[in-house]
Amino acid sequence: MSRINLRRLFAVMLKEIYQLRRDRLTYAMIVGIPAMQLLLFGYAINLDVRHLPAALIDQAQSAHSRQLSDELQQSQVFDFRIAGHDPAAVNDLLRRGQVKVALVIPSDFERRVAMGTTPYLQLIVDGTDQVVQQTARQVARFPVVDYLRGDPVTPSASPIEVVSYYNPQRQAPLNTVPGLIGAILTLTLVMFTAIALVRERERGNLEFLITTPLSSAELTVGKVLPFIAIGLAQTTLILLLGHWIFDVPVRGGLFDLYLASLVFIIASLALGILLSTLVASQFQAMQAAILTFLPQLLLSGFMFPFEGMPRPAQWLAELLPLTHFVRLARGIMLRDAALGELWVDFAAMALFAGVAMVVATWRVRMRLD
Amino acid sequence: MTTTSAEHQSEPAIVAQGLTRRFGEFTAVDDLALQVPRGQVYGFLGPNGCGKSTTIRMLCGLLTPSAGTVRVLDLDVPRQARALKARIGYMTQTFSLYRDLSVIENLRFVARLYGFDHHRARQRLDTLIAIYRLAELTGQLAGTLSGGQRQRLALAAAVLNEPELLFLDEPTSAVDPQSRRDFWEALFALADAGTTLLVSTHYMDEAERCHRLAILQRGRLMAEGTPQHLKHTLPGVSLLVECATPRRAQQALVGLETVRSCAQIGASLRVLVSDANAEPAIREHLRAAGIDARVATAEANLEDVFVAATHREGQAS
Ligand SMILES: Nc1ncnc2c1ncn2[C@@H]1O[C@H](COP(=O)(O)OP(=O)(O)O)[C@@H](O)[C@H]1O
Ligand SMILES: [Mg+2]
Repeated sequence: MSRINLRRLFAVMLKEIYQLRRDRLTYAMIVGIPAMQLLLFGYAINLDVRHLPAALIDQAQSAHSRQLSDELQQSQVFDFRIAGHDPAAVNDLLRRGQVKVALVIPSDFERRVAMGTTPYLQLIVDGTDQVVQQTARQVARFPVVDYLRGDPVTPSASPIEVVSYYNPQRQAPLNTVPGLIGAILTLTLVMFTAIALVRERERGNLEFLITTPLSSAELTVGKVLPFIAIGLAQTTLILLLGHWIFDVPVRGGLFDLYLASLVFIIASLALGILLSTLVASQFQAMQAAILTFLPQLLLSGFMFPFEGMPRPAQWLAELLPLTHFVRLARGIMLRDAALGELWVDFAAMALFAGVAMVVATWRVRMRLD
Repeated sequence: MTTTSAEHQSEPAIVAQGLTRRFGEFTAVDDLALQVPRGQVYGFLGPNGCGKSTTIRMLCGLLTPSAGTVRVLDLDVPRQARALKARIGYMTQTFSLYRDLSVIENLRFVARLYGFDHHRARQRLDTLIAIYRLAELTGQLAGTLSGGQRQRLALAAAVLNEPELLFLDEPTSAVDPQSRRDFWEALFALADAGTTLLVSTHYMDEAERCHRLAILQRGRLMAEGTPQHLKHTLPGVSLLVECATPRRAQQALVGLETVRSCAQIGASLRVLVSDANAEPAIREHLRAAGIDARVATAEANLEDVFVAATHREGQAS
């Protein structure tokens, strides 16, 4: 099993590359899925939000309060559809989805403006919606007092307090792109390898291969190597698109990021091969790939904050390579962390990759039974 | 080559005893005993599902037998399957090379798998391309080849490593008669060069060409020997019945105990009877049924052997 002859390894690799070159669909998926996903997720990040249905709870009813609400209305970000006095009504409005945002202007607003103290405005947002949350936070940076008093607008302490319902963490959308690299890599790579090996079995190729001196290690490693290159190319593509279109930074070391991606790619490919040994058809392989993809997507902290999950879910998440990759990618790309500082996640991911690769190779028997 | 292999030269290429393979409750190969001499073309004859492929897979070391022992080229199978792999070739029943690779890409791939370096691979492939008339097709995708072309490519790949023993599983099932004849010429060329061949088939004319034959039925070995021997030892006799109404004659005969099979061939009827002296009785029976027929003894052919062998099983179960 552990026997590897370089010529045979090279043979499998080359064969795989020739096949890939002719496989238009896979080709399209290699480039298409990352580009499409990035645009889909990316525009949710950068979306220029307009006409958010909003409620105005103006308890001040003063000139300044009207000026403020008019200004916000004219900026076209908020569309005040409902006006009221009672802040308690906001709860119902948000829950029923009638409004996404509510601006509460307290009754002592006028007095505070006059005194020049910070007026406590409240922007209550539907925290289930990341876009809304982000927009609200942009609005909250608006220097209300300077503006109302006609002073030159200077950055100052925010006068508007954002209370985020349902999503206390207020996850920054920028977080999506680093995690998205991982999500795209698992989705495509697990599927490619799982299908590629099952197809080989379905088409009878395996029956020929196992009568040759080819070993299972040569077969699995030879199959995985070209896909590593593909995975790295996908990573590059996402980083470039993310940079060009959405200004997503890579604040940390590029080498660290690629090293983390490499190990994550190997983990995903090994998982794909392992799946292929457990299923009977290409269709099942696809289903199995999605079955492993969903928990990773949901539990990894990519979509939902890790800290918000119940304990057992967290334990489960620690077993999934995407969880660790999301942490690594966010750390390196956004916080300028070094791989060494995040070594625990790196080690966990590497362990998964190693174990999965060994088990996969062991499961790929050069036998028919 | 070495002294040890010379000492064993007398040992048959394949010796199997009690070879059995079960899939769950179902027994696909049942207590098979086989001896395949070296340098011969050995045939597996039997209907679909009789266990030909399963047996071949066990002999190659691809499937683990449920019971029994197998020695192939002086190696214990499946224990020494890895050592065996370099010395055998296997042409699978369905085309198992890559349809999305060209002919030359497939052959180069196989050459690399057998550890050929660039120079040796070139030489070997040039030879194979000439022998199996693939020169025109090198750049063509294997998936777009015709049945006969595909079969030549598969054979070229199976013999690329110059195997001592070549397994061919129904190699001619998807090709035209001319290609079949050419293909058998190629097989005999390999046998002349000293290769042992094991060919499975359900064509009688192909079985006829083999040096020796094993007739399989429901995983059991029903008869074994050279085609001549099998025909001479046919239990019973084959009769040719010529009359104006062969279908009526058939209806009249099928009920008789001695009649094992009755097949219409054009205007006549080929009747296999178990009793070697049944000819007068058959003639009498037809006359009694009001059918005017000429009855003569026919020379036994392999089909008779096959029917006799498999019919016995039918009565037993
Ligand atoms: N992997 C398998 N699982 C279950 N049954 C099988 C398997 N392979 C073969 N069989 C059964 O074993 C019998 C013999 O099959 P096979 O050896 O392919 O016959 P042949 O090659 O003579 O047509 C068939 O009834 C087939 O359905
Ligand atoms: Mg078969």
